[in-house]
Amino acid sequence: MQNYFILIVVLPLIGFLINSLLGKKLNSEKLSGWLSSLLVFVPFLIGVYSLFELLKLPPESRTIVYKYFSWISAGSFNLDYSFVLDPLSLVMILVVTGIGFLIHVYSIGYMHGDKGYASFFAYMNLFIFAMLHLVLADNFLLIFLGWEGVGLCSYLLIGFWYEKKFTGEAAKKAFVVNRIGDFGFMIAMFLIFANFGNLNISTFAGSIAGFSVNSPLLVAIALLFFLGATGKSAQIPLFVWLPDAMAGPTPVSALIHAATMVTAGIYLIARTSLLYALAPIAGNVILIIGIATAIMSATIALKQNDIKKILAYSTISQLGFLFIAIGTQSYVAAVFHLVTHAFFKALMFLGSGSVIHGMHEEQDIRRMGGLKSKMKITYITFLMGAIAISGIPPFSGFFSKDEILYKTFTNAGILPYLLVLITAAFTAFYMFRLVGITFFGKPRYDSHVHPHESPSTMTVPLMILAVLSVFGGFIGLPHIFGYNILEHWLEPVFANSYSVIQTWRPESVHAVSTEIILIVVSVVVAATSIFISFRRYSKQESFEEVRGFGKILENKYYLDEVYDKTVVEPIFKTSDGFLWKIFDVKIIDGIVNGVATFTSRISFDWKKLQTGVIQDYGTFAVAGVIIIILYFLFV
Amino acid sequence: MEFNLNLFLVLSAVLFSIGVVGVLVRRNAIVIFMCIELMLNAINLSLVSFSSFLGNESGQIFVFFVLTVAAAEAAVGLAIVISLFRNKETLDIDKINILKW
Repeated sequence: MQNYFILIVVLPLIGFLINSLLGKKLNSEKLSGWLSSLLVFVPFLIGVYSLFELLKLPPESRTIVYKYFSWISAGSFNLDYSFVLDPLSLVMILVVTGIGFLIHVYSIGYMHGDKGYASFFAYMNLFIFAMLHLVLADNFLLIFLGWEGVGLCSYLLIGFWYEKKFTGEAAKKAFVVNRIGDFGFMIAMFLIFANFGNLNISTFAGSIAGFSVNSPLLVAIALLFFLGATGKSAQIPLFVWLPDAMAGPTPVSALIHAATMVTAGIYLIARTSLLYALAPIAGNVILIIGIATAIMSATIALKQNDIKKILAYSTISQLGFLFIAIGTQSYVAAVFHLVTHAFFKALMFLGSGSVIHGMHEEQDIRRMGGLKSKMKITYITFLMGAIAISGIPPFSGFFSKDEILYKTFTNAGILPYLLVLITAAFTAFYMFRLVGITFFGKPRYDSHVHPHESPSTMTVPLMILAVLSVFGGFIGLPHIFGYNILEHWLEPVFANSYSVIQTWRPESVHAVSTEIILIVVSVVVAATSIFISFRRYSKQESFEEVRGFGKILENKYYLDEVYDKTVVEPIFKTSDGFLWKIFDVKIIDGIVNGVATFTSRISFDWKKLQTGVIQDYGTFAVAGVIIIILYFLFV
Repeated sequence: MEFNLNLFLVLSAVLFSIGVVGVLVRRNAIVIFMCIELMLNAINLSLVSFSSFLGNESGQIFVFFVLTVAAAEAAVGLAIVISLFRNKETLDIDKINILKW
């Protein structure tokens, strides 16, 4: 098993190498696209096979560590290049490679005719390669390697159409904002190394097990990791890059900026769940930030008109839900919603890509309308995704979102629960606004635009994802309905964390009546929201200028402008006015030039020793010899 | 007659000093060149003297090396002198002082 498991990362790497080095020479869209799809599909099969291998083992021993070689070895410090296969990383592998494969296939159709076809697939394969490192790594440094790798691919793919100015700027923004998060990640790693002398995750978990709850060191590490997570997973205050990242090709938005990379922060916290179990303060911070992010971006999404921007803010909001789950120490709920969200959000992004494709690169929903008869498959699958995210039973989003709502209610209290519930209502509202405006009503596009259904390479992944979005929720049924597969599957991973949590929070009594009431409430809220939204927007004909609070929402609370004024401009001004024109020119250059001037002044007199007459040099040499001889003779 | 090392060494030192002074004070490149040869031979003399005094032949072997090198150096040196004269039409080294700041 050990020997072939490495293929899971080697194959995407091969795809990257072939497409980047030979892609131009091969010059065959079919070959590039299908090859790299295949090289993601085989890792998916390896993941499925590993699933059965793990199922053969008893639940407690379902952790396999594959050590390939010693990576860094210096004194007592030792890091291996090794992968850990356990229920948690397996879930991630299946999501990354499974959805990754579908999106690769989709891209074959979507990117048709693009001049950077081969390099697009090269970057996509490189992304899968890096993402698998992130989820499989058994030490923080290797996770960080994957973390930076996916960041790089994200940068490359956001700026894929680099001829347009704003894509380059969006890519740069994503990269720079993520650096701030990486700073937190690195400081956390340094703290771990300084205090425990090791970066291995399981060793780290072993050495913090004896710490008391909320000890300052652990809270600091937890918060710093969370800072890293806010960067990658687009939470307040570092979420600003994700909406701009929609400048990239739509499959990229689906794969990287909805389904996989942005969940890296969640995965990191789930992986180090024991740390967060021991640091409830950090959990509270995460909860607050999660709620704030979810509600803020859900409200922004209410008034956006770019189809991808709506989905982007929806993603941020759903990531906020994931952090709410993490903040209430419900790791299973977080992983569950991560998986279902990957299904339906990838589906909706791909659906929006199909719409954009069919509308000839039109993204403004105000200039669409009535597409449901023109693009049947896209419409139906998109609708499935929208129902799933709104939380209507028995679609997948219902189960996962409901679990988060339930955990928020029992672990955090009534106020957070209400906020999350309101956010869920907003979610249903903006989603059906999107569906209503885009697919219903009368066509509002120019007469020369003829929307058409996309090719089958694009619609088949849509259909598969639609099926997953509808039925994916059955892996995590609530207790009242039956057996929760996912919870039992992940139990060994989080067992230690949950036993720690029980020391400071007594296990809440599982009240079936509460659960039923909450389910009914959330379904009623979602359905009402859908009803109001759909009735209002499916017939909307004209779009007036929004005023008042809506204007603020349309402009995203002016947050980009605020960041510009408070962060970007001061940095720019200090760099320009002080660091460059004073510090660099006057002080740094001053020192360098001063040394040079000083030297040349002094040498002005002394250079005359060099007469060019060889006999003078000889005289100096002889005089020196005589002095040395005299020294030895008389001293 | 008994072998008197001191006499030989004094002769060697005198020859060497003449060579040094010649190199330092003379102006003609060929004379300077000859003075260098004189210094080399003064050293050869002391090497041979010590070799004879100590009954160790390695000093004499060394002299052969010095002679060889001196021959090679003479060839190169004379070539330099000739090309110098062709360029500058003079061998007065006070006038050949272009290699400076």
